[in-house]
Amino acid sequence: MPTMSANPTRPTIASPGDGALIRVRGLRTVLNGKTIFDGVDLDIPRGGITAIMGPSGTGKTTLMRHITGQLAPDAGEIIVDGRDVARIGREELFGLREKIGYLFQNSALLTDYSVFENVAFPLRQHLKLPEELVRNIVLTKLQAVGLRGAAELMPSELSGGMMRRVALARAIVRDPMMIIYDEPFVGLDPIALNQILKLIRTLNETLGITSILVAHELAAVRRVADHIYLLAAGRIAAHGAPDDLARGETPWTRQFFSGEADGPVPFHYPAPDYAAQLGLATPASARPAESKA
Amino acid sequence: MSAVHKPNSAFDGIAQIGACGIFLLQILAAVPRSLRYFRETVRQVWFVGAMSLVIIMISGLFVGMVLGLQLYDVLSRFGATAASGTVVAFALYRELGPVVTALLFAGRAGTSITAEIGLMRATDQLDAMEMMAVDPLAYVVAPRFLAGIAAMPLLACLFNALAILGAHGVCVSWLGMDNGTFWSNMTSSIDVWKDVMSGVWKSAAFGAVVTLIATFQGYTTAPTSEGVAYATTRTVVFSSIVTLALDFVMTAFLM
Repeated sequence: MPTMSANPTRPTIASPGDGALIRVRGLRTVLNGKTIFDGVDLDIPRGGITAIMGPSGTGKTTLMRHITGQLAPDAGEIIVDGRDVARIGREELFGLREKIGYLFQNSALLTDYSVFENVAFPLRQHLKLPEELVRNIVLTKLQAVGLRGAAELMPSELSGGMMRRVALARAIVRDPMMIIYDEPFVGLDPIALNQILKLIRTLNETLGITSILVAHELAAVRRVADHIYLLAAGRIAAHGAPDDLARGETPWTRQFFSGEADGPVPFHYPAPDYAAQLGLATPASARPAESKA
Repeated sequence: MSAVHKPNSAFDGIAQIGACGIFLLQILAAVPRSLRYFRETVRQVWFVGAMSLVIIMISGLFVGMVLGLQLYDVLSRFGATAASGTVVAFALYRELGPVVTALLFAGRAGTSITAEIGLMRATDQLDAMEMMAVDPLAYVVAPRFLAGIAAMPLLACLFNALAILGAHGVCVSWLGMDNGTFWSNMTSSIDVWKDVMSGVWKSAAFGAVVTLIATFQGYTTAPTSEGVAYATTRTVVFSSIVTLALDFVMTAFLM
């Protein structure tokens, strides 16, 4: 059964308890006057694949930025591998980041470097390895994402899906303790999608890497994730095993996983009266319902 | 409506100056860490220095030619054309060389630094470096800052050399002034430490200021195309104003 909050109120953390690599408690964030998180609690288990899902604009990427120390919260604590990332110094934070692979939503490849040099970049910056070893590691990772033959191309010569795969190779090049995949499936054709799903699962099973997936594709997420957190309205609306959540036993999961416009998550951004904005006369009784249209 | 924050009050302007000052301290703190990226610094010297050679040399040649022509005309009214070379050299070494080079440097190298770093910001490349535990201040900003300081005096010296050649061409080859008089009056009047080196110090300071403004504008730009365009414009405007103001202050101290 998914653990849920109907309103949503703060959920009871059902898993994973003491084995958590990441522990978030009472997270509160306000950006540009808008409350993004209002008391988020969650645990990411060590060695598992956890998916963070939710409607667009609910702060999934912002949550990842908190976890990696790119953004400090207004309140609450974020413990990653035993360290509160909002309170550690820059050196310690960089030390922690060396153990984290991050796949950016827009790939964020270094545009002046070739595919090979992009993947080799973390190795060259932190490890003094012989050139032959660097070459072998990079080619191994590029082979894993199916782009060994594109090693000498520049990022401007790649499609969006290929750029994501290069970014993925870069994220895993140092075999990190944890990998954060921010929208990893966008722009992938079915063949590439299947291979990337297998790669995520293989990395998790063979190296014990903790994985966090930020994604919208439920079908893909169900194939790899062990646990899903559903973010909505600044809180954890529900969490649990993928199959349990997909049954849609709460209003939040029902609406999100079936893609309905009606439900607790409004499809429309808050707006003034539609008819009035179009310059049409509106019956007084129709006005209050407009914001839900 | 524009998403770019444009400073629109005195308070915003002061806040920008304060932020730029803090940014300078961060760069200086990052300089020791940037020494491990020495190759990147050398690459940037080539990029901001060698790539600016053509515009600096052509501009220097024409500035010298105009200067020679004007001074010869004015000095001939007082029967003092023999001093043309000397006055040209004084004007170039002390003022025109460093200042005009800095203005050209801001237009050529400053804008490209701002646009490059601004696009890196807009495409999350700086964030990606941070996530790979690579400090962008040490890897991206400090090498450009050091390259600006190193390249500007060299560019100013080349500017001066080409300008004096241009003035020589006009005064001696065209207007018939005696070649020996041109050079001997110049070399006997110019003091290397007082005149030439004051220009070198000035140009190093201008290089620091222009690259500081360029990197600051790029690093803090709004991550949009309009934001990058606006930051690039601000680099030229602020660099030009600060260069001219700093020139006055340094002249007052160096004289």
